[in-house]
Amino acid sequence: MADLKRTVLYDLHLELGGKMVPFAGYEMPVQYPMGVMKEHLHTRAAAGLFDVSHMGQILLTAKSGRVEDAALALEKLVPVDILGLQQGRQRYALFTNEDGGILDDLMVANRGDHLFLVVNAACKHEDFAHLKAHLSDSCDIGMVTDRALVALQGPKAEAALARLVPDVVDMKFMDVAIRQWDTAELWISRSGYTGEDGFEISVPNKFAEAFARKLLSMEEVAPIGLGARDSLRLEAGMCLHGHDIDTTTSPVEGNLNWAIQKARRAGGVREGGFPGAARILSELAKGPARRRVGLRPEGRALMREGTEVFAGPEGGAPIGRITSGGFGPSIEAPMAMAYLPADLAECATVYGEVRGKRLPAVIAPMPFQPTSYKR
Amino acid sequence: MKYTEDHEWLRVEGDVVVVGITAHASEQLGDVVFVELPDTPKGVSTGDEVVVIESVKAASDIRAPLDGEIVEVNQDVADNPGLVNEDPTGKAWFFKMKLADKSALDGLMDEAAYNALIG
Repeated sequence: MADLKRTVLYDLHLELGGKMVPFAGYEMPVQYPMGVMKEHLHTRAAAGLFDVSHMGQILLTAKSGRVEDAALALEKLVPVDILGLQQGRQRYALFTNEDGGILDDLMVANRGDHLFLVVNAACKHEDFAHLKAHLSDSCDIGMVTDRALVALQGPKAEAALARLVPDVVDMKFMDVAIRQWDTAELWISRSGYTGEDGFEISVPNKFAEAFARKLLSMEEVAPIGLGARDSLRLEAGMCLHGHDIDTTTSPVEGNLNWAIQKARRAGGVREGGFPGAARILSELAKGPARRRVGLRPEGRALMREGTEVFAGPEGGAPIGRITSGGFGPSIEAPMAMAYLPADLAECATVYGEVRGKRLPAVIAPMPFQPTSYKR
Repeated sequence: MKYTEDHEWLRVEGDVVVVGITAHASEQLGDVVFVELPDTPKGVSTGDEVVVIESVKAASDIRAPLDGEIVEVNQDVADNPGLVNEDPTGKAWFFKMKLADKSALDGLMDEAAYNALIG
Protein backbone atom coordinates (compact mmCIF):
# COMPACT_ATOMS: atom_id res chain seq x y z
CA MET A 1 0.00 0.00 0.00
CA ALA A 2 2.13 2.78 -1.36
CA ASP A 3 2.01 6.32 0.02
CA LEU A 4 -0.01 5.29 3.05
CA LYS A 5 1.16 6.41 6.45
CA ARG A 6 1.45 4.13 9.45
CA THR A 7 0.75 4.89 13.09
CA VAL A 8 3.35 4.09 15.72
CA LEU A 9 1.28 1.01 16.64
CA TYR A 10 1.48 -0.52 13.12
CA ASP A 11 3.80 -3.40 14.08
CA LEU A 12 1.60 -4.23 17.06
CA HIS A 13 -1.47 -4.39 14.78
CA LEU A 14 0.32 -6.89 12.52
CA GLU A 15 1.45 -8.95 15.51
CA LEU A 16 -2.16 -9.04 16.76
CA GLY A 17 -3.34 -10.31 13.36
CA GLY A 18 -4.97 -7.04 12.30
CA LYS A 19 -6.29 -6.92 8.75
CA MET A 20 -4.88 -3.65 7.43
CA VAL A 21 -6.84 -1.43 5.04
CA PRO A 22 -6.35 2.12 3.71
CA PHE A 23 -8.28 4.68 5.76
CA ALA A 24 -7.86 8.47 5.59
CA GLY A 25 -4.34 8.09 4.20
CA TYR A 26 -3.25 5.53 6.79
CA GLU A 27 -2.95 1.77 6.91
CA MET A 28 -5.30 0.89 9.74
CA PRO A 29 -6.70 -2.36 11.16
CA VAL A 30 -10.30 -2.92 10.04
CA GLN A 31 -10.54 -6.00 12.24
CA TYR A 32 -8.51 -8.52 14.20
CA PRO A 33 -8.97 -12.32 14.21
CA MET A 34 -11.91 -11.97 16.65
CA GLY A 35 -13.97 -10.40 13.82
CA VAL A 36 -16.16 -7.28 13.64
CA MET A 37 -19.21 -8.75 15.37
CA LYS A 38 -17.37 -10.18 18.37
CA GLU A 39 -15.16 -7.08 18.67
CA HIS A 40 -18.29 -4.94 18.81
CA LEU A 41 -19.95 -7.11 21.46
CA HIS A 42 -16.72 -7.34 23.46
CA THR A 43 -16.54 -3.54 23.64
CA ARG A 44 -20.12 -3.35 24.96
CA ALA A 45 -19.50 -6.15 27.49
CA ALA A 46 -15.91 -5.48 28.65
CA ALA A 47 -13.34 -3.09 27.14
CA GLY A 48 -11.98 -2.45 23.66
CA LEU A 49 -8.73 -0.71 22.73
CA PHE A 50 -8.74 1.33 19.51
CA ASP A 51 -5.78 2.96 17.77
CA VAL A 52 -6.96 6.40 16.68
CA SER A 53 -3.51 7.89 16.24
CA HIS A 54 -4.40 8.90 12.68
CA MET A 55 -6.63 11.63 14.13
CA GLY A 56 -5.28 15.16 14.44
CA GLN A 57 -4.24 16.60 17.81
CA ILE A 58 -3.91 20.39 17.77
CA LEU A 59 -2.86 22.87 20.46
CA LEU A 60 -4.33 26.37 20.33
CA THR A 61 -2.68 28.97 22.55
CA ALA A 62 -3.49 32.69 22.62
CA LYS A 63 -0.51 34.99 22.18
CA SER A 64 -1.81 36.90 25.20
CA GLY A 65 -1.45 33.71 27.25
CA ARG A 66 -5.11 33.88 28.29
CA VAL A 67 -7.27 30.85 27.49
CA GLU A 68 -10.28 33.19 27.17
CA ASP A 69 -8.63 34.82 24.17
CA ALA A 70 -8.02 31.41 22.54
CA ALA A 71 -11.68 30.55 23.23
CA LEU A 72 -12.96 33.79 21.68
CA ALA A 73 -10.70 33.27 18.68
CA LEU A 74 -11.93 29.71 18.11
CA GLU A 75 -15.54 30.91 18.43
CA LYS A 76 -15.01 32.74 15.10
CA LEU A 77 -14.89 29.31 13.43
CA VAL A 78 -17.42 27.24 15.39
CA PRO A 79 -21.07 27.86 16.40
CA VAL A 80 -20.23 26.62 19.88
CA ASP A 81 -19.85 28.27 23.31
CA ILE A 82 -16.11 27.80 23.88
CA LEU A 83 -15.74 30.71 26.32
CA GLY A 84 -18.21 28.96 28.63
CA LEU A 85 -16.18 25.74 28.59
CA GLN A 86 -14.72 25.26 32.07
CA GLN A 87 -11.13 24.34 32.73
CA GLY A 88 -10.70 20.55 32.65
CA ARG A 89 -13.76 20.06 30.45
CA GLN A 90 -14.25 19.03 26.82
CA ARG A 91 -17.03 19.81 24.35
CA TYR A 92 -18.14 18.68 20.87
CA ALA A 93 -17.77 21.34 18.17
CA LEU A 94 -18.09 21.88 14.42
CA PHE A 95 -16.06 23.92 11.95
CA THR A 96 -18.65 25.54 9.66
CA ASN A 97 -18.13 27.14 6.26
CA GLU A 98 -19.62 30.35 4.82
CA ASP A 99 -22.56 28.35 3.39
CA GLY A 100 -23.36 26.91 6.81
CA GLY A 101 -21.99 23.47 5.89
CA ILE A 102 -19.74 21.41 8.15
CA LEU A 103 -16.01 21.34 7.35
CA ASP A 104 -15.28 18.91 10.18
CA ASP A 105 -16.45 17.92 13.64
CA LEU A 106 -14.07 17.94 16.56
CA MET A 107 -13.54 17.88 20.31
CA VAL A 108 -12.31 20.97 22.14
CA ALA A 109 -10.81 20.79 25.64
CA ASN A 110 -9.99 23.68 27.98
CA ARG A 111 -6.64 22.87 29.57
CA GLY A 112 -6.29 25.94 31.75
CA ASP A 113 -3.98 28.11 29.68
CA HIS A 114 -4.72 26.76 26.19
CA LEU A 115 -7.19 24.68 24.16
CA PHE A 116 -6.60 21.12 22.93
CA LEU A 117 -8.44 20.02 19.78
CA VAL A 118 -8.94 16.52 18.38
CA VAL A 119 -10.03 16.49 14.73
CA ASN A 120 -10.77 13.84 12.10
CA ALA A 121 -7.84 12.20 10.30
CA ALA A 122 -9.18 12.92 6.81
CA CYS A 123 -9.57 16.66 7.56
CA LYS A 124 -6.63 17.35 9.86
CA HIS A 125 -4.39 19.15 7.38
CA GLU A 126 -7.27 21.29 6.09
CA ASP A 127 -8.37 22.03 9.67
CA PHE A 128 -4.85 23.06 10.61
CA ALA A 129 -4.58 25.35 7.56
CA HIS A 130 -8.04 26.77 8.36
CA LEU A 131 -7.00 27.61 11.93
CA LYS A 132 -3.71 29.10 10.71
CA ALA A 133 -5.44 31.22 8.07
CA HIS A 134 -8.00 32.70 10.47
CA LEU A 135 -6.46 32.72 13.94
CA SER A 136 -2.69 33.21 13.43
CA ASP A 137 -2.83 36.88 14.36
CA SER A 138 -4.01 36.11 17.88
CA CYS A 139 -3.01 32.49 18.48
CA ASP A 140 -0.17 30.01 18.15
CA ILE A 141 -1.41 26.84 16.50
CA GLY A 142 0.55 23.62 16.73
CA MET A 143 -0.08 20.17 15.30
CA VAL A 144 1.01 17.52 17.78
CA THR A 145 3.13 15.00 15.87
CA ASP A 146 4.98 13.22 18.68
CA ARG A 147 1.92 11.59 20.25
CA ALA A 148 -0.29 8.59 19.54
CA LEU A 149 -3.98 8.50 20.48
CA VAL A 150 -5.80 5.43 21.74
CA ALA A 151 -9.38 4.94 22.93
CA LEU A 152 -10.30 2.51 25.68
CA GLN A 153 -14.05 1.97 25.62
CA GLY A 154 -16.58 -0.16 27.43
CA PRO A 155 -18.01 -0.87 30.88
CA LYS A 156 -14.68 -2.27 32.13
CA ALA A 157 -12.54 0.56 30.67
CA GLU A 158 -12.44 2.41 33.98
CA ALA A 159 -11.26 -0.62 35.96
CA ALA A 160 -8.60 -1.37 33.34
CA LEU A 161 -7.19 2.16 33.09
CA ALA A 162 -7.38 2.66 36.86
CA ARG A 163 -4.76 -0.08 37.31
CA LEU A 164 -2.31 2.24 35.54
CA VAL A 165 -3.73 5.62 36.56
CA PRO A 166 -5.80 5.13 39.75
CA ASP A 167 -7.50 8.53 39.93
CA VAL A 168 -9.22 8.30 36.54
CA VAL A 169 -12.15 6.95 38.58
CA ASP A 170 -12.74 10.55 39.70
CA MET A 171 -13.20 11.79 36.11
CA LYS A 172 -16.70 12.30 34.75
CA PHE A 173 -17.95 12.17 31.15
CA MET A 174 -16.17 14.88 29.10
CA ASP A 175 -13.61 15.67 31.81
CA VAL A 176 -10.00 16.03 30.65
CA ALA A 177 -6.85 15.59 32.76
CA ILE A 178 -3.10 15.24 32.43
CA ARG A 179 -1.67 12.28 34.37
CA GLN A 180 1.65 10.47 34.65
CA TRP A 181 2.13 6.82 33.76
CA ASP A 182 5.68 5.79 34.53
CA THR A 183 7.61 8.69 32.99
CA ALA A 184 5.02 9.32 30.28
CA GLU A 185 2.60 12.24 30.38
CA LEU A 186 -0.88 11.07 29.37
CA TRP A 187 -3.55 13.45 28.13
CA ILE A 188 -6.77 11.74 29.14
CA SER A 189 -10.39 12.57 28.33
CA ARG A 190 -13.40 10.59 29.50
CA SER A 191 -15.14 10.35 26.15
CA GLY A 192 -15.26 8.29 23.01
CA TYR A 193 -17.10 7.22 19.89
CA THR A 194 -18.96 4.10 20.96
CA GLY A 195 -21.76 5.26 23.29
CA GLU A 196 -20.00 3.46 26.13
CA ASP A 197 -18.18 4.89 29.09
CA GLY A 198 -14.49 5.10 28.28
CA PHE A 199 -11.42 7.20 27.70
CA GLU A 200 -9.34 8.66 24.92
CA ILE A 201 -5.68 8.81 25.84
CA SER A 202 -2.96 10.77 24.09
CA VAL A 203 0.38 9.13 24.79
CA PRO A 204 3.91 10.09 23.63
CA ASN A 205 4.93 8.00 20.59
CA LYS A 206 7.82 6.37 22.38
CA PHE A 207 5.56 5.05 25.15
CA ALA A 208 2.56 4.19 22.96
CA GLU A 209 3.35 0.55 22.25
CA ALA A 210 4.26 -0.25 25.87
CA PHE A 211 1.08 1.49 27.04
CA ALA A 212 -1.10 -0.41 24.54
CA ARG A 213 0.57 -3.73 25.46
CA LYS A 214 0.02 -3.06 29.13
CA LEU A 215 -3.72 -2.52 28.55
CA LEU A 216 -3.98 -5.49 26.17
CA SER A 217 -2.37 -7.76 28.77
CA MET A 218 -5.46 -7.25 30.93
CA GLU A 219 -8.09 -9.94 30.61
CA GLU A 220 -10.98 -7.59 29.84
CA VAL A 221 -9.20 -5.61 27.11
CA ALA A 222 -9.19 -6.68 23.43
CA PRO A 223 -7.95 -4.80 20.36
CA ILE A 224 -10.80 -3.46 18.21
CA GLY A 225 -10.65 -2.44 14.54
CA LEU A 226 -12.33 0.21 12.41
CA GLY A 227 -15.18 -2.15 11.42
CA ALA A 228 -16.51 -2.41 14.97
CA ARG A 229 -15.72 1.27 15.59
CA ASP A 230 -18.18 2.08 12.82
CA SER A 231 -20.99 -0.22 14.02
CA LEU A 232 -20.52 0.98 17.63
CA ARG A 233 -20.77 4.67 16.71
CA LEU A 234 -23.74 4.05 14.42
CA GLU A 235 -25.65 2.24 17.18
CA ALA A 236 -24.82 5.25 19.38
CA GLY A 237 -26.32 7.58 16.73
CA MET A 238 -23.04 9.43 16.20
CA CYS A 239 -22.14 11.10 12.90
CA LEU A 240 -19.23 10.14 10.69
CA HIS A 241 -17.94 13.25 8.93
CA GLY A 242 -17.80 12.87 5.15
CA HIS A 243 -20.83 10.58 5.33
CA ASP A 244 -23.54 11.74 7.77
CA ILE A 245 -22.38 15.35 7.83
CA ASP A 246 -20.28 17.24 5.31
CA THR A 247 -19.79 20.62 3.66
CA THR A 248 -23.31 20.44 2.15
CA THR A 249 -25.18 19.72 5.40
CA SER A 250 -25.75 22.35 8.07
CA PRO A 251 -25.57 21.52 11.78
CA VAL A 252 -29.36 21.98 12.00
CA GLU A 253 -30.00 19.60 9.10
CA GLY A 254 -27.55 17.25 10.77
CA ASN A 255 -29.74 17.28 13.90
CA LEU A 256 -26.85 18.70 15.90
CA ASN A 257 -28.76 21.65 17.41
CA TRP A 258 -27.65 20.44 20.86
CA ALA A 259 -24.07 21.35 19.92
CA ILE A 260 -25.02 25.03 19.47
CA GLN A 261 -25.35 26.55 22.93
CA LYS A 262 -27.61 29.45 23.84
CA ALA A 263 -24.75 31.98 23.89
CA ARG A 264 -24.26 31.62 20.14
CA ARG A 265 -27.94 31.55 19.14
CA ALA A 266 -30.25 34.46 18.33
CA GLY A 267 -30.55 36.60 21.45
CA GLY A 268 -27.47 35.00 23.02
CA VAL A 269 -24.62 37.02 24.53
CA ARG A 270 -22.35 36.18 21.59
CA GLU A 271 -24.96 35.59 18.91
CA GLY A 272 -23.64 34.48 15.51
CA GLY A 273 -20.15 35.51 14.55
CA PHE A 274 -19.24 32.13 13.02
CA PRO A 275 -19.11 31.12 9.32
CA GLY A 276 -22.56 30.44 7.88
CA ALA A 277 -24.33 32.10 10.84
CA ALA A 278 -27.09 33.59 8.64
CA ARG A 279 -28.24 30.19 7.38
CA ILE A 280 -27.70 28.33 10.66
CA LEU A 281 -29.54 30.89 12.83
CA SER A 282 -32.37 31.04 10.33
CA GLU A 283 -32.69 27.24 10.28
CA LEU A 284 -32.67 27.20 14.09
CA ALA A 285 -35.58 29.65 14.06
CA LYS A 286 -37.64 28.25 11.18
CA GLY A 287 -36.58 24.62 11.10
CA PRO A 288 -34.67 22.99 8.22
CA ALA A 289 -36.27 21.46 5.12
CA ARG A 290 -34.54 18.14 5.70
CA ARG A 291 -33.05 16.51 8.74
CA ARG A 292 -30.81 13.59 9.64
CA VAL A 293 -32.91 10.82 11.18
CA GLY A 294 -32.45 7.26 12.34
CA LEU A 295 -34.03 4.40 10.39
CA ARG A 296 -34.83 0.88 11.52
CA PRO A 297 -35.40 -1.39 8.49
CA GLU A 298 -38.26 -3.77 9.27
CA GLY A 299 -36.70 -6.87 7.74
CA ARG A 300 -33.18 -8.22 8.07
CA ALA A 301 -31.86 -6.79 4.78
CA LEU A 302 -29.25 -4.07 5.30
CA MET A 303 -29.71 -0.57 3.93
CA ARG A 304 -26.22 0.69 3.29
CA GLU A 305 -24.82 4.14 2.49
CA GLY A 306 -26.20 5.45 -0.81
CA THR A 307 -29.53 3.59 -0.60
CA GLU A 308 -32.32 5.80 -1.96
CA VAL A 309 -35.35 6.36 0.25
CA PHE A 310 -38.93 6.74 -1.02
CA ALA A 311 -42.18 7.85 0.63
CA GLY A 312 -44.19 4.90 -0.65
CA PRO A 313 -43.76 1.29 -1.79
CA GLU A 314 -44.20 2.29 -5.46
CA GLY A 315 -43.67 5.31 -7.72
CA GLY A 316 -42.52 8.79 -6.82
CA ALA A 317 -39.07 10.34 -6.74
CA PRO A 318 -36.60 9.62 -3.92
CA ILE A 319 -37.18 11.76 -0.80
CA GLY A 320 -33.71 11.16 0.60
CA ARG A 321 -30.67 8.98 0.83
CA ILE A 322 -29.02 6.81 3.46
CA THR A 323 -25.69 8.20 4.66
CA SER A 324 -24.62 5.33 6.94
CA GLY A 325 -26.15 1.91 7.32
CA GLY A 326 -25.32 -1.55 8.50
CA PHE A 327 -26.06 -4.24 11.01
CA GLY A 328 -26.13 -3.44 14.73
CA PRO A 329 -24.65 -6.39 16.61
CA SER A 330 -26.02 -5.20 19.98
CA ILE A 331 -29.51 -4.37 18.70
CA GLU A 332 -29.35 -7.50 16.50
CA ALA A 333 -30.97 -5.68 13.61
CA PRO A 334 -30.16 -3.44 10.67
CA MET A 335 -29.92 0.32 11.31
CA ALA A 336 -29.25 3.42 9.23
CA MET A 337 -29.13 7.20 9.15
CA ALA A 338 -30.71 9.20 6.34
CA TYR A 339 -31.54 12.77 5.36
CA LEU A 340 -35.32 12.99 4.97
CA PRO A 341 -37.89 15.82 4.77
CA ALA A 342 -38.13 17.36 8.25
CA ASP A 343 -41.94 17.18 8.30
CA LEU A 344 -41.92 13.37 8.45
CA ALA A 345 -42.86 12.19 11.94
CA GLU A 346 -40.94 9.74 14.07
CA CYS A 347 -42.48 6.26 13.58
CA ALA A 348 -43.43 7.12 9.97
CA THR A 349 -42.70 4.30 7.51
CA VAL A 350 -40.50 5.01 4.48
CA TYR A 351 -39.01 2.65 1.89
CA GLY A 352 -35.38 1.98 1.07
CA GLU A 353 -34.67 0.59 -2.39
CA VAL A 354 -32.40 -2.44 -2.01
CA ARG A 355 -31.47 -4.48 -5.10
CA GLY A 356 -34.48 -3.07 -6.97
CA LYS A 357 -36.99 -3.79 -4.18
CA ARG A 358 -38.53 -1.22 -1.87
CA LEU A 359 -38.32 -2.42 1.70
CA PRO A 360 -40.03 -0.70 4.66
CA ALA A 361 -38.08 1.11 7.38
CA VAL A 362 -39.37 3.12 10.33
CA ILE A 363 -38.04 6.53 11.38
CA ALA A 364 -36.66 5.80 14.82
CA PRO A 365 -35.08 7.77 17.66
CA MET A 366 -31.31 7.65 18.14
CA PRO A 367 -29.24 6.34 19.77
CA PHE A 368 -30.38 2.90 18.69
CA GLN A 369 -28.47 1.43 21.62
CA PRO A 370 -28.73 3.28 24.98
CA THR A 371 -25.54 5.09 25.96
CA SER A 372 -23.84 4.51 29.32
CA TYR A 373 -21.71 7.55 30.08
CA LYS A 374 -20.49 8.32 33.59
CA ARG A 375 -22.14 11.68 34.22
CA MET B 1 -17.32 -32.65 -2.84
CA LYS B 2 -16.89 -30.54 -5.94
CA TYR B 3 -15.90 -26.84 -5.98
CA THR B 4 -16.38 -23.81 -8.23
CA GLU B 5 -14.10 -20.84 -8.78
CA ASP B 6 -16.75 -18.76 -6.98
CA HIS B 7 -15.88 -20.69 -3.79
CA GLU B 8 -19.04 -22.78 -3.73
CA TRP B 9 -19.09 -26.45 -2.75
CA LEU B 10 -21.45 -29.09 -4.18
CA ARG B 11 -22.23 -32.37 -2.46
CA VAL B 12 -24.22 -35.11 -4.20
CA GLU B 13 -27.11 -36.48 -2.13
CA GLY B 14 -29.15 -39.01 -4.09
CA ASP B 15 -30.58 -37.26 -7.14
CA VAL B 16 -29.89 -33.69 -5.91
CA VAL B 17 -26.77 -31.67 -5.16
CA VAL B 18 -26.49 -29.56 -2.01
CA VAL B 19 -24.77 -26.16 -2.47
CA GLY B 20 -22.97 -23.90 0.01
CA ILE B 21 -19.87 -21.73 0.25
CA THR B 22 -16.44 -22.83 1.43
CA ALA B 23 -14.82 -22.04 4.77
CA HIS B 24 -12.32 -19.91 2.85
CA ALA B 25 -15.15 -17.82 1.35
CA SER B 26 -16.90 -17.45 4.70
CA GLU B 27 -13.68 -16.20 6.31
CA GLN B 28 -13.18 -13.67 3.53
CA LEU B 29 -16.76 -12.40 3.87
CA GLY B 30 -16.56 -11.85 7.62
CA ASP B 31 -19.59 -12.06 9.90
CA VAL B 32 -22.67 -12.85 7.80
CA VAL B 33 -25.79 -10.99 8.95
CA PHE B 34 -28.33 -11.52 6.15
CA VAL B 35 -29.18 -14.29 3.68
CA GLU B 36 -31.93 -14.00 1.06
CA LEU B 37 -33.03 -17.27 -0.55
CA PRO B 38 -35.00 -17.74 -3.80
CA ASP B 39 -38.54 -19.09 -4.02
CA THR B 40 -38.70 -22.72 -5.08
CA PRO B 41 -38.90 -24.45 -7.43
CA LYS B 42 -36.77 -22.21 -9.60
CA GLY B 43 -35.14 -23.08 -12.90
CA VAL B 44 -31.61 -21.65 -13.16
CA SER B 45 -28.74 -21.38 -15.59
CA THR B 46 -25.07 -21.44 -14.62
CA GLY B 47 -24.07 -18.04 -13.24
CA ASP B 48 -27.58 -16.83 -12.34
CA GLU B 49 -27.59 -14.86 -9.07
CA VAL B 50 -29.78 -16.94 -6.78
CA VAL B 51 -28.86 -16.08 -3.20
CA VAL B 52 -27.94 -12.70 -1.66
CA ILE B 53 -25.58 -12.86 1.26
CA GLU B 54 -24.55 -9.84 3.32
CA SER B 55 -21.75 -9.64 5.81
CA VAL B 56 -20.87 -6.74 8.08
CA LYS B 57 -18.57 -5.62 5.25
CA ALA B 58 -20.46 -6.06 1.97
CA ALA B 59 -23.19 -7.73 -0.04
CA SER B 60 -22.37 -10.57 -2.43
CA ASP B 61 -24.25 -13.01 -4.63
CA ILE B 62 -24.22 -16.77 -4.69
CA ARG B 63 -24.58 -17.94 -8.28
CA ALA B 64 -26.07 -21.13 -9.66
CA PRO B 65 -23.04 -23.41 -10.11
CA LEU B 66 -24.63 -25.39 -12.96
CA ASP B 67 -27.87 -25.53 -15.02
CA GLY B 68 -30.85 -27.11 -13.31
CA GLU B 69 -33.71 -26.50 -10.90
CA ILE B 70 -33.54 -25.35 -7.28
CA VAL B 71 -35.92 -27.65 -5.40
CA GLU B 72 -35.30 -26.78 -1.75
CA VAL B 73 -33.76 -23.94 0.29
CA ASN B 74 -32.40 -23.93 3.84
CA GLN B 75 -34.65 -21.66 5.91
CA ASP B 76 -32.37 -22.18 8.96
CA VAL B 77 -29.59 -20.18 7.31
CA ALA B 78 -31.95 -17.29 6.53
CA ASP B 79 -33.19 -17.33 10.15
CA ASN B 80 -29.64 -17.58 11.54
CA PRO B 81 -27.14 -16.12 9.05
CA GLY B 82 -24.29 -16.64 11.54
CA LEU B 83 -24.38 -20.34 10.58
CA VAL B 84 -22.44 -19.38 7.45
CA ASN B 85 -19.46 -18.52 9.68
CA GLU B 86 -19.98 -21.30 12.20
CA ASP B 87 -20.51 -24.27 9.91
CA PRO B 88 -20.12 -23.25 6.25
CA THR B 89 -19.77 -26.76 4.86
CA GLY B 90 -22.40 -28.37 7.10
CA LYS B 91 -25.50 -26.67 8.54
CA ALA B 92 -25.11 -23.56 6.35
CA TRP B 93 -26.04 -25.09 3.00
CA PHE B 94 -28.12 -22.69 0.89
CA PHE B 95 -30.10 -24.79 -1.56
CA LYS B 96 -30.55 -28.20 -3.17
CA MET B 97 -30.81 -28.47 -6.93
CA LYS B 98 -31.58 -31.07 -9.56
CA LEU B 99 -28.97 -30.81 -12.28
CA ALA B 100 -30.00 -30.68 -15.91
CA ASP B 101 -26.97 -32.84 -16.70
CA LYS B 102 -25.27 -34.73 -13.87
CA SER B 103 -22.11 -35.25 -15.90
CA ALA B 104 -21.53 -31.46 -15.73
CA LEU B 105 -20.19 -32.08 -12.20
CA ASP B 106 -17.12 -33.67 -13.78
CA GLY B 107 -16.12 -30.25 -15.10
CA LEU B 108 -15.80 -28.78 -11.56
CA MET B 109 -12.75 -28.86 -9.29
CA ASP B 110 -12.06 -31.58 -6.76
CA GLU B 111 -10.75 -30.73 -3.30
CA ALA B 112 -7.08 -30.86 -4.31
CA ALA B 113 -7.66 -28.49 -7.23
CA TYR B 114 -9.68 -26.09 -5.04
CA ASN B 115 -7.01 -26.05 -2.34
CA ALA B 116 -4.44 -25.26 -5.01
CA LEU B 117 -6.66 -22.36 -6.20
CA ILE B 118 -6.89 -20.72 -2.78
CA GLY B 119 -3.20 -21.43 -2.11
